[in-house]
Amino acid sequence: MAQKPTQYYVPDQSPWPVITALSLFIVAYGAASFIQQNSGSGLVANDGSSGKILLPLGLLGILAMMFFWFRDTIKESLAHKNSSQLDVSYRMGMMWFIFSEVMFFGAFFGALFYVRLLAIPWLGGAGEEAMTHELLWPNFQAMWPLTVTPDGSTTEAMPAWGLPFLNTVLLVSSSVTLTIAHHALLAGNRAKLQINLFITLLLGFAFLFFQVEEYMHAYQEMGLTLDAGIYGSTFFMLTGFHGMHVTIGATMLTIMFIRTLKGHLTPDNHFAFEAAAWYWHFVDVVWLFLFICVYWL
Amino acid sequence: MSEHTLDHHAHDHHDDHEHHHGPAKGIKRWLFATNHKDIGAMYLWFSFTMFMLGGFMAMIIRAELMYPGLQLVDPNFFNQMTTTHGLIMVFGAVMPGFVGLANYMVPMMLGAPDMALPRLNNWSFWLLPFAFSLLIIAIIKAFLGIADAPNFGWTFYAPLSTKYGPESTDFFIFSVHMMGISSIMGAVNVIVTIFNLRAPGMTLMKMPLFVWTWLITAFLLIAVMPVLAGAVTMMLTDRHFGTSFFDAAGGGDPVLFQHVFWFFGHPEVYIMILPAFGVVSAIIPTFARKPLFGYASMVYATASIAFLSFVVWAHHMFTVGLPLAGNLFYMYMTMLIAVPTGVKVFNWVATMWRGSMTFEVPMLFAIAFVILFTIGGFSGLMLAITPVDQQYHDTYFVVAHFHYVLVTGAVFSIIAGVYYWLPKWTGRMYSEFWGKIHFWSSLLSVNLLFFPMHFVGLAGMPRRYSDYALQFADFNWWISIGGFWFGLSQLILLKILIDVCFRKKGAQATSEVWEGAEGLEWTLPSPAPYHSFTTPPLVK
Repeated sequence: MAQKPTQYYVPDQSPWPVITALSLFIVAYGAASFIQQNSGSGLVANDGSSGKILLPLGLLGILAMMFFWFRDTIKESLAHKNSSQLDVSYRMGMMWFIFSEVMFFGAFFGALFYVRLLAIPWLGGAGEEAMTHELLWPNFQAMWPLTVTPDGSTTEAMPAWGLPFLNTVLLVSSSVTLTIAHHALLAGNRAKLQINLFITLLLGFAFLFFQVEEYMHAYQEMGLTLDAGIYGSTFFMLTGFHGMHVTIGATMLTIMFIRTLKGHLTPDNHFAFEAAAWYWHFVDVVWLFLFICVYWL
Repeated sequence: MSEHTLDHHAHDHHDDHEHHHGPAKGIKRWLFATNHKDIGAMYLWFSFTMFMLGGFMAMIIRAELMYPGLQLVDPNFFNQMTTTHGLIMVFGAVMPGFVGLANYMVPMMLGAPDMALPRLNNWSFWLLPFAFSLLIIAIIKAFLGIADAPNFGWTFYAPLSTKYGPESTDFFIFSVHMMGISSIMGAVNVIVTIFNLRAPGMTLMKMPLFVWTWLITAFLLIAVMPVLAGAVTMMLTDRHFGTSFFDAAGGGDPVLFQHVFWFFGHPEVYIMILPAFGVVSAIIPTFARKPLFGYASMVYATASIAFLSFVVWAHHMFTVGLPLAGNLFYMYMTMLIAVPTGVKVFNWVATMWRGSMTFEVPMLFAIAFVILFTIGGFSGLMLAITPVDQQYHDTYFVVAHFHYVLVTGAVFSIIAGVYYWLPKWTGRMYSEFWGKIHFWSSLLSVNLLFFPMHFVGLAGMPRRYSDYALQFADFNWWISIGGFWFGLSQLILLKILIDVCFRKKGAQATSEVWEGAEGLEWTLPSPAPYHSFTTPPLVK
């Protein structure tokens, strides 16, 4: 860590945070209106068309604000306005943000384990729940993956050793190439950095491509959908949010790639790269847990 | 300040501090704020506004419950009032109140110029008014009779909030998402400020206890707000995308909702009380003119309470049919919390023991906190006993318990903190006369309001109903009188705040303000300069 500063750095005011908050409000209002239109009801006294306008408008606003806000931050970094103390603040901030993301996935993993280990056995009459089984759904068979739900809808379980295994290989490899890129960045080897970062991106987008394939297969041929009972619910919630995070991580890495082409990110000033890399490794570790707990066991 | 473009002083970044001494002009100062005091002030005013709004709903609830039978509102509207009263008080009044105190005081107590990530700080604040707009739109529609506001209780249990929730539930869900982002980003900021912006020599075990309690609170926030986001996300997909998380017919379980919710919800109650411990631990030594008794044990007690808060959540669920082993585990774990809490109460009392005490308004509120919070703690201990809770569950005894810890606990400590630090913020002393009237009026009314709730609860009056059996009529009349009285008393606080903040009344405050006050914040002039410390002070 750098030496303690003798004078503190205080950044300028910025218009972007408050507009980001406004955009998020528009997204939220638009999304709620849009969903209600789709479900055939409407708190908003219209046909839901306001949602169709507000939702994309708000999303566009958020993207624009991210662009401007990050642009300012990058400019300040390039102008060497950022003290080493601020760099440490950024790093700590990113670590704690990733911790919050871990807890977000924790909620869904918790739901998965609760259902697998407690709720479904109890519906099947385990422990002291014989009467629950007898009175609610006497024909229900406790099993996991739950391919037949208590109310009788059926689905197929997603096998682990096809596309999911391929995706595991892709994502783990991408973490390796990203680490090579990281070391190349620290060593000042730009060509090696760019090649490995590019390979990481290819692997990441290949992962996303195969996940889309997997989802289409699930929906069209296996009857594995969001409304296929708790197995489909946990499957899509966990893999879907993970896929969303891969998309975010890949976007971050794409921007890092463009920035390396512009000559940004030097051996001693590259917080953004490390933040994106940490995020990517976090997404990778979540996938390993997903592969073991959702697909395999 | 935004006209100071980056290029303008990019070449000479050593001098640009010279341009930053004053605030920006007009509305930009607030909308684009990056200053911890400006943002802290906005948090506190937001909190007070929500306190008034939530209080107004409480008045409607108490007006309906003043007499048995239905007089003013229909039961569905009554449910909307209890729900939104709880949501607004928890997420809108108490939490932002403490974040406001943290914003104002943590940088000053650490010898920092500002929070570590000032723009993120701005975002954390401005998310809140927008998040609450989503909720308040629904409430306004409820008042106009257009559509129902959330009506399932502040705990929004499934399936009341999924299958049977009104349409405004979706707005509520997104509102909670936004509050969650706000809390997480605010907490990240607090943690980073504490770990990275301490003045040289300010070791962790020299930090004021308010900073310590906020450090641990911020950790709790980052750990559990995402779980709440997960819970409402599952609600959303259950409502609209066909998932079966909380639906046994698809293999899910409504009880799963309660587990996920209370995994958030129990640490949440400590999020609302740990900073209160910090405020009281700052005030009592000042007015007892003695150092805090058992500083290190206070730190460890706070950390123990935070740790235990993660393993007690199912004590809210003793009646849903958990396995016996589960009920026993959660009962014992819950009772363990009494140990570190007892350490704290003991230390506060020991700090006052043989002190040279004076009783200015912050001290009065702090002493009331110690006594009344302890009463709330004792009723919590009673509720922790599983077989006993089978009787108390969902009665007014529970309502009495959590209002003692939240109103005479959390809210009293925020008020105490505001009186204590107001001279530092504004440079002017508040009126001690009106402050004392506010205190005694609040103290008497709050006990008239909440103490009889113990009795009607033990006698079997259930919570969340708009009507009750006739034998509860007398107590409820008194409770309502206490409620109106307490509500009106808070207008005195409003008057005091307007006098000091806007009408510029009151004597000039010194730097130290209080005779016995110690800490870096009291070395700054009152009001403190715009950037609290531009060069780090040395702490010995």
